[in-house]
Amino acid sequence: MSTNFREILADLPANLANHVKLCVIALVVGVLVSVPLGIYVNRVRWLRYPVLTVASVIQTVPGLALLALMVPLLVYTGGLGLGLSAFGFYPAVIALTLYSFLPILRNTVTGIEGVDPDMVEAARGVGMSQRQVLMEVLLPLSAPTIIAGIRTATVWVVGAATLATPVGQKCLGNYIFAGLQTKNWVMVSFGVVASAGLAIILDTAIGGLERAWSERRRKLAWISGGVLTTIVILGLIAPRIANWMQDEPPVVATGKVKPGEAKGVTSVRIGTKTFTEQYILAQVIAKSLRAAGVSTSVKDSLGSTVIFDALSRGTIDVYVDYSGTIWANYMKRRDTPAPWQVMAETTGWLAKQHGIRNLGNLGFENAYVLAMKRTKADKLGVKSIRDLAKHASSLKVGGDYEFFSRPEWRALRSAYGLRFSEKTSYDSTLMYEAVKEGNADVIAAFSSDGRIAAYDLALLDDPFNAIPPYDAILLVSKRVANDARVVRVLQKLVGQIKLGVMQRANLMVDRDSDKKTASQAADWLLQQFNR
Amino acid sequence: MIALNKISKSYDGGATHVVRDLSLTIGRGELIVLLGESGCGKTTTLKMINRLVDHTSGTIEVAGNDVRDRDPVELRRGIGYVFQGVGLFPHRTVGENVGVVPRLLQWPSEKIAARVDELLTLVKLEPGTYRDRSPAQLSGGQRQRVGVARALAARPDIVLMDEPFGALDPITRDELQTEYKRIHKELDLTTVLVTHDIMEALVMATRIAVMQDGAIAQLGTPHELLTNPTTDYVAELMKKPRQQASVIEALLEGGV
Repeated sequence: MSTNFREILADLPANLANHVKLCVIALVVGVLVSVPLGIYVNRVRWLRYPVLTVASVIQTVPGLALLALMVPLLVYTGGLGLGLSAFGFYPAVIALTLYSFLPILRNTVTGIEGVDPDMVEAARGVGMSQRQVLMEVLLPLSAPTIIAGIRTATVWVVGAATLATPVGQKCLGNYIFAGLQTKNWVMVSFGVVASAGLAIILDTAIGGLERAWSERRRKLAWISGGVLTTIVILGLIAPRIANWMQDEPPVVATGKVKPGEAKGVTSVRIGTKTFTEQYILAQVIAKSLRAAGVSTSVKDSLGSTVIFDALSRGTIDVYVDYSGTIWANYMKRRDTPAPWQVMAETTGWLAKQHGIRNLGNLGFENAYVLAMKRTKADKLGVKSIRDLAKHASSLKVGGDYEFFSRPEWRALRSAYGLRFSEKTSYDSTLMYEAVKEGNADVIAAFSSDGRIAAYDLALLDDPFNAIPPYDAILLVSKRVANDARVVRVLQKLVGQIKLGVMQRANLMVDRDSDKKTASQAADWLLQQFNR
Repeated sequence: MIALNKISKSYDGGATHVVRDLSLTIGRGELIVLLGESGCGKTTTLKMINRLVDHTSGTIEVAGNDVRDRDPVELRRGIGYVFQGVGLFPHRTVGENVGVVPRLLQWPSEKIAARVDELLTLVKLEPGTYRDRSPAQLSGGQRQRVGVARALAARPDIVLMDEPFGALDPITRDELQTEYKRIHKELDLTTVLVTHDIMEALVMATRIAVMQDGAIAQLGTPHELLTNPTTDYVAELMKKPRQQASVIEALLEGGV
């Protein structure tokens, strides 16, 4: 637990600083757009309804979806025509800025409308220009309402920013997403408390500044202003420092670049999807590279389509994917030939279509397999999916969030004529608990998950080969593929990790007692290489 | 000083008129009262003088210049204005309220500070005590004193007053009326004051313009109006103070 906590704290500077940066920029842009727009709408009355409606509609889009939608938006518009990266900071900050509009806009409009018309007439009567009426009377008098809107936006944005993790932006959400996947509740709670704390501090500081101003309290102004300025400066400067600190330096100083040899890759960015095995393998890759003198940084918890796009665009350099996922989801293939053929065609397609190099199979497969409790399977006499089909109508099936919308599920149903009585999507961590506790009778498990053995689950055969093979393959970007030294290091991992070893490493992290961190599991896994 | 020549105001393209063909010449040093019921067009007439409302037809001259040739913002800065609801800015101190026009005119700050103190003294508010207070901390009468001081800040020759003392209690009202008459004389101002209060008109005016349905029913000194009303409406109006006086007399005689 203490190691666990130390690891959590080690990530805090980078996660917090990036979180603050996202929120501060989103809110500053939000204020700079919404307040003038609110003023304009107040003058051009017919715009009021359409503008506020659009802002309200944006607000009703769930935060996670809004953030995720920014990725395709940026991809298809070429980064809004500005070449902004479709991963990480930009999609997150654009979504959060949009999110901040409604409260600020609405409060600006109602605040200005609420100013006594006699006050405006008095201002005009003493000879103020339209601009002076606005700056000297309308804005100061509606400031409390406008600032209340900014405070609401602040709380929303700080909370919603935790959802930036899956689009590849480091933030306090990294704790929440990684913690959920590895059943590390301390980590989840830490992320929640940190983001709530940040929201409260920002809200209080803005509120304090407003009170200091309206009540002319100088000391309060200094304190609140100081807190706010510190946070803003931290958000703008600290991410560089923190990212640099987290960008772990090589363990061993490397040999000098030989004359005539092209300058090699000095830092490798590793991506992970959102489950335990991915976190462990990222650490295995990072530790191997650092031991060879290459510095690394890890982008945690990327959405499964985001990570593939990120690699093909070179936003990250390396990650582990599974041949069947590429085959079914990206190549849109519906047939399932022999594993070697899937592997060969996948490798060719990746290289040709995306410039991605497949370094090879790490040595195990992590396939979707239908699993049920052994006692239940024995009682029903089910050994294969064909046997299962006879009983399916009285059974409940569970899968992870994406399984039921994946082509594999359609293939399974049509191959075996499966009709279940009920189907439920679970968080992949909770799915195993569901089958253990009997809430689901059958689950679409991952074959490399340690809980299959731990919970005594029976894996059902797939005699019709409806599900393609899922060899764990090491994919690298063009940039890294061209660096022979890094490729040599990574190739040493190929074929090294056997299924049993991966399952045990996964279980170390996922089990409820004597939990290990992903980094500790990676250390253990690397020790197995030398045997 | 101010010449209104056949001015009209219509908000609906000429179908109805709030003010119709109104002419009035106001000489230097006069204190003209526009007297009438609500809706008679008296406030609109006042606001057309400093272009808070633009007139539809006719001409308005202020100090010999057609107001249409002047920038409205500039014009207003040169004319003092006292508002019906006082109209002090609640987020500013008393001193800042009084100094607002000089500040808009970009006077140097020492000059503004000196002027603010001078004006607060003129309206009998001790500058040291009141300068830094917020308007919310003042009584209604004190607030209107500040309103008057603000109108005078940039040394205008003309002051426009829109029911300035309407919301005050009778004693304070009386006090302020008397005091404003003193200031008016002392500073040699030309004042146009709008009211529906007949007593106020009689007490303060050099001349009264009784308005009815957007036009002047009769123009004259208080004495002329009382002694020689030319229309039934004016005659009816001028009876009121006397009726009130006789009620009071009766009460006094009855010893109640």
